[in-house]
Amino acid sequence: MSVAERFSEQALKTCERLRQEAEAGGYRLNPDKNFVLRLIEGLLENQRRYGYFCCPCRLAFGEKDKDVDVICPCYYRDSDIEEFGACYCALYVSDAWIAGEKKHGSIPERRPAKFMRDGFSETPAAAQSPTPGPQSLSYPVWRCKVCGYLCARTEPPGKCPICKAGKDRFERFM
Amino acid sequence: MKLTHVPGRNAKHRVTLYALATCGWCHRTKELLNSNQVQYEYIDVDKCQGEERAEASGKVRELNPRGSFPTVQIDAEVVAGFDEERIRELLEL
Repeated sequence: MSVAERFSEQALKTCERLRQEAEAGGYRLNPDKNFVLRLIEGLLENQRRYGYFCCPCRLAFGEKDKDVDVICPCYYRDSDIEEFGACYCALYVSDAWIAGEKKHGSIPERRPAKFMRDGFSETPAAAQSPTPGPQSLSYPVWRCKVCGYLCARTEPPGKCPICKAGKDRFERFM
Repeated sequence: MKLTHVPGRNAKHRVTLYALATCGWCHRTKELLNSNQVQYEYIDVDKCQGEERAEASGKVRELNPRGSFPTVQIDAEVVAGFDEERIRELLEL
C-alpha cells in the first residue's frame, strides 16, 4: 500500500552506526527498517534545526538545557523499554517486543508534565548534593543519566561506553 | 495557525491532527487516515515557528493536557497517541 520510500545516504549510515552501538551496549533497534529510517531522518532534521539529536516524537524547545532529557537516547528510554518493550518513539525495543509479546503502538509519555511545559530542570537534590558517600573515596563516582552506567574517575568519560550518551549527561553520584 | 486540508471520500467526521513531521507514530496516523480516504486537516507543529508554534502547542495542550503527539480530534473526542483501535472506532472504519 505504501510507496517505497527513499532515505538519505546519511540516514542509512547513521542507522548502521546506531545499530552497532545499540547491539554493543545490549540494546536493540526496531527491526522495522523503514520505521527506523524515518525516525533517523527526523533525528537528522532535528540536528540541523537545533544542533542536537532531539527526540523526533517530542516537540523541542530548541534550547539544549531544556531539551537535554529528550536528546536521543533519552532519560526515559530504559524505563520505557522495561515497562512497554519500546522507547517512546519505538526506535529502541526489547526482544520481547520483537517477539510480539508486547503491544506495538504509542505508549504513555513518561517525561514529567512540568518538563513538557517548561523544559527540563534538574531536581535540586540530584543537582546540588550527590548522595553522601564515604569521605575516603579516592575518586568521585559519575553516573550516566541515560543508562545508569557508573565509573570512578576524575572526570566523566567523553562518551558513555554503554549507551554512547555525551559527557554532559553524567551526574556526580558519590 | 495554518492547517493543511487533506481531501478524502470519507468525510463523515471532522478530523484534526496535531502532528510532528519527524515522528513515527504521527506518520502512522497519517497513513491510517490516508489509506481509508478520510478527509482531515493537520498541522506539523515542529515546522511552525514563533507565535504559530506557541499557538499550535497551546491548542494541543488544551485538547490533551500532556501536550504529546500525535493528538487527534475527532468531532468532540480527543485521542492522544497513535491508538489505532480508538481512531478506527470513532471514524467507524
